[in-house]
Amino acid sequence: MDMHAPAFATHDPLRVRNLTRRFGENTVLDALNLDLAPGSFTALLGRSGSGKTTLLRTLAGLDEAPHEARLDLPRPAAVVFQEPRLLPWKKVWQNVVLGLPSAGARRRAAQALTEVGLDHRQDVWPATLSGGEAQRAALARALVREPRLLLLDEPFAALDALTRIRMHALVLDLWRHHGPTTLIVTHDVDEAVLLADRVLVLDGGRIAADIAVDLPRPRAHADAGFAALRRRLLTELGVDQQEAA
Amino acid sequence: MPDTQVAAAPRQLAPRASATTAPARLPATARKPAAQRWRRFASPLVLVVLWQAASMAGLIPPRTLAAPTTVLASTWELIETGELPYHLLVSLGRVLTGFTLGVTTGAALALVAGLSRLGEEVVDAPMQMLRTMPFLALVPLFILWFGIGETPKIALVALGATFPVYLTLFAGIRGTDPKLAEAARVFGLDRRGLIRHVILPGALPSALVGLRYALGSAWLSLVIAEQINATAGIGFLINDAREFLRTDVIVVGLVVYALLGLGADALVRLVERRALAWRPGLLKA
Repeated sequence: MDMHAPAFATHDPLRVRNLTRRFGENTVLDALNLDLAPGSFTALLGRSGSGKTTLLRTLAGLDEAPHEARLDLPRPAAVVFQEPRLLPWKKVWQNVVLGLPSAGARRRAAQALTEVGLDHRQDVWPATLSGGEAQRAALARALVREPRLLLLDEPFAALDALTRIRMHALVLDLWRHHGPTTLIVTHDVDEAVLLADRVLVLDGGRIAADIAVDLPRPRAHADAGFAALRRRLLTELGVDQQEAA
Repeated sequence: MPDTQVAAAPRQLAPRASATTAPARLPATARKPAAQRWRRFASPLVLVVLWQAASMAGLIPPRTLAAPTTVLASTWELIETGELPYHLLVSLGRVLTGFTLGVTTGAALALVAGLSRLGEEVVDAPMQMLRTMPFLALVPLFILWFGIGETPKIALVALGATFPVYLTLFAGIRGTDPKLAEAARVFGLDRRGLIRHVILPGALPSALVGLRYALGSAWLSLVIAEQINATAGIGFLINDAREFLRTDVIVVGLVVYALLGLGADALVRLVERRALAWRPGLLKA
């Protein structure tokens, strides 16, 4: 753990036992077990079709968990999807507080939007936002609920490289201030190593690798440990180093 | 209008910078230059002038089509005698009553069918069957059922308005983006909240298109309905004029029909502009 880890992560851990998900013949998650420490930042890597998103959806409560599985999940949970999924017919601030009681909603929306650097865009329609701005709004919408579990489903995959760098810094910043147990699903090894304390590789429906990231933040690609970790994760993902180089 | 400044491109360096550097777009209310607007009226005007000239030269006998000046004079006369306002009010009353009835019925049925599986099974099949039938073919049956008073006329208008509203609202409800619905569910909306904040606003663009169709259909129904033994209304005015070969009065009636349709359409478009201000197309218009 580095020294920037949140100091007030006192809530419950996340525990998953014996989670199996099948779609027809295809076993996507196979008696999966998972523990996440309170306030930790974990990245979940895996090839496409490895069940990353299925796991995240189950943790979010979007998919029903089967009976034999045991799930202890911190609540409330909030999700940031790959697409911003803002309601186009509601102003940005209204999107942020969607589903929350209306008392004080405006003030809370303003606060959350200020935190993500969008205070000047509160009163516009989502259609006028850029991709990065829309994803910031989606982050604000998640944060305003003060989640104990923050689930990020490839949230930056659709953004350009420069915007993504800014978003990485923002997410780390928010995580430090609010301290939710955070799980980011990504297919980007660099992103995983840049952000997380711990990287999990999902393969064959189980956690195939569980690697602690002991690099001080802020991290950079040039750091000594970075390249080694990156290589190791790529090997876990079955990528030939020749190809990767 | 809210801030219509649009971030120039999604791939900008800094979101904050984009708001200040993006070129300000014209406000959505900006209109075409006046000259361009007037040019659109030029060719209809030329046609009217040609018509007048042909009438004066005796090329178009008044029995076939009255001259524009005669039509104007007759319009004035009909207004002065109070005849036109009277018939206009009768027609408007029929359309308003029938349209309101039809839109209410169509919307109610669409909500039932759109928001529940059972509702769809019960409502949608008969509606889809009925809509394939040209509803104006029901006139003889309506006369048998409702006689020749106001009821069949209003019923016909209502029927004409029901189907477009039903079809478009139903399609709009079913066209809800499942991803948006899912996100709304994650963020704590229950079924009522989902209908109110996600499904119905999402169906609105489609429903408003339906409303415009419904208006057109309602006018059409009115024209047909007013041929059924009417004793008042624009349709009666036209039929009565036919008996006396008054082509000028017939043209007045036609123009009134056209203007009413145009006005109604403009009204719905105004509603559209206000209710759908969030749409990217309208933001840039």
